[in-house]
Amino acid sequence: MDNRPDPDELLASIIHEEKKSQKGKLKIFFGMCAGVGKTYTMLQAARVEKMKGCDIIIGYIETHKRKETEALVVGLELIERNRYSYKSASVQEMDLDAIIARKPQIVLVDELAHTNAPGSRHIKRFQDVQEILENGINVYTTVNVQHLESRSETVAQITGITVRETLPDEIFEEADEVELVDLSPDELLQRLAEGKVYTPERSREAVLNFFRKGNITALREMALRIVAERVDKQLHDYMQQKQIRGPWKSGLHLLVAINYKVESMRLLRWAKNLAYSMGANIQAVYVETAHHLTPKEDTQLNKNINLAKQLGIKFRIVTNNDVVSAIVDFAQKENASHIIVGKPRVRNLFTMLQLSNFVNRLIRYSGNIDVYILGSDNQSKRRLKEKFYVPSFTSSVREYLTVILLIFLTSITCYFVRDLIAYQVVSFGLLFLVSVLAIFFGSGPIFLAASLSALIWDYFFIPPRFTFHVDKPEDLLMLVMFFTIAVLNGILTSRVRRQEQKIRIREERTHALYQLTKELNTASGMEEVSQIAMKYVQKYFSLESAIILKTDNNQLDNQVQKGTGILLSGNDFSVANWVFKNTSPAGKYTNTLPSNVHTFYPMTGNKGNMGVIAVKIQQSFTQGEELFWEACLSQISGKYEREFLRNAAKNTYILSESEKLYKTLFNSISHELRIPVATILGASDTLLSENYPEETRQMLYGEINIASIRLNRLIENLLNMSRLESGHITPRPDWCDVHDLANNVAETLESELKHFKLLTVIPDDMPLVKIDFGLVEQVLHNLVLNAIQIAPEGSAIRLKIFYDSGFLNIQLMDRGPGFNPLELNFVFDKFYRGKDAKAGGTGLGLSIVKGFVAAQGGTIIAENRVNGGAKFILKIPVVIQELVQNIKNEEG
Amino acid sequence: MNNAETILIIDDEVQIRRLLEITLSANGYKISEAATGRDGLIHAATVHPVLIILDLGLPDSDGIEILKKLREWYLKPIIILSVRSSEDDIIRALDNGANDYLTKPFRTGELLARIRVAIRQSLGSSDDPLLSFGNLTIDQASHTVRKKDVLLKLTSTEYSLLVLLAKNEGRVLTHQFILKEIWGMGYQEQTQYLRVFMAQLRKKVEDDPAKPTLLNTESGIGYRFRG
Repeated sequence: MDNRPDPDELLASIIHEEKKSQKGKLKIFFGMCAGVGKTYTMLQAARVEKMKGCDIIIGYIETHKRKETEALVVGLELIERNRYSYKSASVQEMDLDAIIARKPQIVLVDELAHTNAPGSRHIKRFQDVQEILENGINVYTTVNVQHLESRSETVAQITGITVRETLPDEIFEEADEVELVDLSPDELLQRLAEGKVYTPERSREAVLNFFRKGNITALREMALRIVAERVDKQLHDYMQQKQIRGPWKSGLHLLVAINYKVESMRLLRWAKNLAYSMGANIQAVYVETAHHLTPKEDTQLNKNINLAKQLGIKFRIVTNNDVVSAIVDFAQKENASHIIVGKPRVRNLFTMLQLSNFVNRLIRYSGNIDVYILGSDNQSKRRLKEKFYVPSFTSSVREYLTVILLIFLTSITCYFVRDLIAYQVVSFGLLFLVSVLAIFFGSGPIFLAASLSALIWDYFFIPPRFTFHVDKPEDLLMLVMFFTIAVLNGILTSRVRRQEQKIRIREERTHALYQLTKELNTASGMEEVSQIAMKYVQKYFSLESAIILKTDNNQLDNQVQKGTGILLSGNDFSVANWVFKNTSPAGKYTNTLPSNVHTFYPMTGNKGNMGVIAVKIQQSFTQGEELFWEACLSQISGKYEREFLRNAAKNTYILSESEKLYKTLFNSISHELRIPVATILGASDTLLSENYPEETRQMLYGEINIASIRLNRLIENLLNMSRLESGHITPRPDWCDVHDLANNVAETLESELKHFKLLTVIPDDMPLVKIDFGLVEQVLHNLVLNAIQIAPEGSAIRLKIFYDSGFLNIQLMDRGPGFNPLELNFVFDKFYRGKDAKAGGTGLGLSIVKGFVAAQGGTIIAENRVNGGAKFILKIPVVIQELVQNIKNEEG
Repeated sequence: MNNAETILIIDDEVQIRRLLEITLSANGYKISEAATGRDGLIHAATVHPVLIILDLGLPDSDGIEILKKLREWYLKPIIILSVRSSEDDIIRALDNGANDYLTKPFRTGELLARIRVAIRQSLGSSDDPLLSFGNLTIDQASHTVRKKDVLLKLTSTEYSLLVLLAKNEGRVLTHQFILKEIWGMGYQEQTQYLRVFMAQLRKKVEDDPAKPTLLNTESGIGYRFRG
């Protein structure tokens, strides 16, 4: 084994650390059993923290009326318990929301393994605590060794008491700090005797049942060992993190193969403990074969899988009829160093053969992988009655009836032709029928068909007829063979068929997933993605769904995506919010808020949650369905994530663009605003202060006037620009005589045009056009003004307006310097100013022109004239009215 | 006290009021000022101004509302002086009885001219059937129009249009108003008629139809006759 730390592992540990640092820290006061003083020690620690000035409060405490403990509570802030009624019973639980809202530095929560009363948000208290930690609040809590999931069975074996309130090992392993509260057995018994733990009557009972010295010692050993192992593991982690070279004992990788039997639970716990003490990775696998699971087996399998998850064991399902090769293949693929399997129970000769075969093959094929075979314990003897192999009679009544009917029909047909064919032939006919039926029906009906046809054959066909008695020994042999062949044939066929069915379902799912991916890839926009997602959920899971996405500021939206088939209440939204925040499913068939009618799943992408999907499921998903569901969800979430990223990228672009614009605006506008203001200020100051000759005064007045006009023009442009930017320009076309346009522009710019020749060319047959007069007037105004600013004085500015096939054409030509060819593409850009432009000007005029033209669906281009000068060509789509003649006629 | 020449300014901007006061006083008008719509209404009733200059953006109420209230009893000219420059605002004000509309910033010369025209008009249309503007003479008795003593051939619609505008000399008439007056109800949207007749009329009446001096276009709003 290589001694260097695995880079992936290092990265994982760093990410893990980072994630942990935002979370609150969990400190567990760990003891071997009740009465060792965990709560007491926790309270003492709390008081010390409080003295240091830490904001520490009690979220939930169970003093068991112990005086010493109660004394310690005094002076600490206590969050009132949440009292509510559930199904007419009054319930008290820790007030989770109050704690989170109060947001102390540390909160004390006693008895981590506690199971909450029904109606609470979470089933277990540790889930409450996880939520508190997620909110960045540190938690002090208490745990007894018997509550650890992986130890519960051993504890039950030692003490004979089954522990119901268990805690997933993961929680304990993930705890930031574990403080062992230890007491020698004698001291504990002493305390019990003094009535410090329980009231005297209860003490006696407790000593008899649980607190026997042997028990206590065993529990104590277990607790000490766990803490010691923990320290060992911490050292290992520390070395790994600090990249200390050392004997990396890890690299060990356990693979535990489980099945649908109750023994697998023990196997899992045992393997987990082994992995923990070996410092090894652990993974579990279930091999799905053609074996048809009874509902009971299915439930047990789900329990096993859930247990694996609780124990923090990674879990996978593989499909293969050959269990041994499936396990070995998987182990090799996953680089497992050890395979752990349970020893199947030997019930009879057949299973013994099977077992030796299984074990032998496993050992033979596993090569250099170690194989552990864990024996079954005597507990399972209780389940002896289950040991017979019972075919699954789960088929519907209709199937049985159909089978009976077909057998009878065939028998009757054969009966009528019995004289033509030998009775032996009839058996072939029936055998054939059974084989055919096996293709369509389950093993139950086939077993029935085989038995029924054997009886019918015997009764009606084998001589002597109408009796079950068989005369000839060869007939008897044939009957036995018939029955055996029918059953075997039928069962085998139906098995093949089931396997095929499973493969088909898998294929269908793969195909569905492929389709989903394909369709999602072509979709664009959240809405379309949601439509596709909901369609697929409906199609492949037959479930109505509702999707709630996050908003841009990473909160869950308060409305569902359109097109949903289910209605969510306000309460549902708060559940959805919880799911979104905690990245964990909630609602029906989950551990959180199971009383809700909907089930909520987070849609988790690579970087956080994209939203929540709510479905109304009628029965909990089977394992296969669950995996398929998760696969679909991850596809959908991934797509949402890409959509969000795309939006974000777009926004960033817009933001940087607007920042750039803002800077330009700032530079250009501040200049343009200050110059005229400075002129006005300066000139008016001069006028106010000194007595200048009339001539000078007149000149100053003139300057003020010019500055004001300039200022006014700038403001007009800015206002127009902001109208354009905000999209508030709605052209209102009305009939317009283009002569009016030209006249108005000439009139408003009269003084500026004094030194220019504005030549307007409009054809005589120019019709009325429907345009927004104001907008086009502003366009012309800006264009003419632009020409005035760049063209030499005395030159001609030509304005040509005509109508041509659906477009109003406006052309403005000047004899200025024209454009630098490199700049032609930018002249209409906001704040763009020609390199050779004179001082002044904001670069707004032409961009407003373009905006106003575009608002009317028109286009504008700029080009250089052949003999020098600039030319603007506008084309605006218009409707025209050549009414002159009509109206004249009307006049008479 | 002779209030005949008092002009009431209703505007909340002190600087504008001061500017108007200086300008108008220099031109021989007496000034009364109000900074709110309420004060404006009181002043209008007490000082009997010959003309009111009204701002639309008043602190206590919308200028259009003040305009409507004033128009319930005040028959003399009201000129709107506002920063609101959209066609909608202007048309609304004119339709609600404003005689004229100027947007800020404005040229004081322009304002004075508008004031003069408005006051002259309000002094009552003379009973003289003869209206003359420069070289143009309209004889309402004989329904004839002469330009430089040459009889113009106008159709009856052109004549009605010219008289309507001439009688409201200096005042903006909105498209809708003109269409209703000349063609009657139901024609208010038929602006193309107006455009065509206006173009015809200009060709006959104006010295240079490309640079009209009498029949002016107020873009997007209507027409104004300048004598």
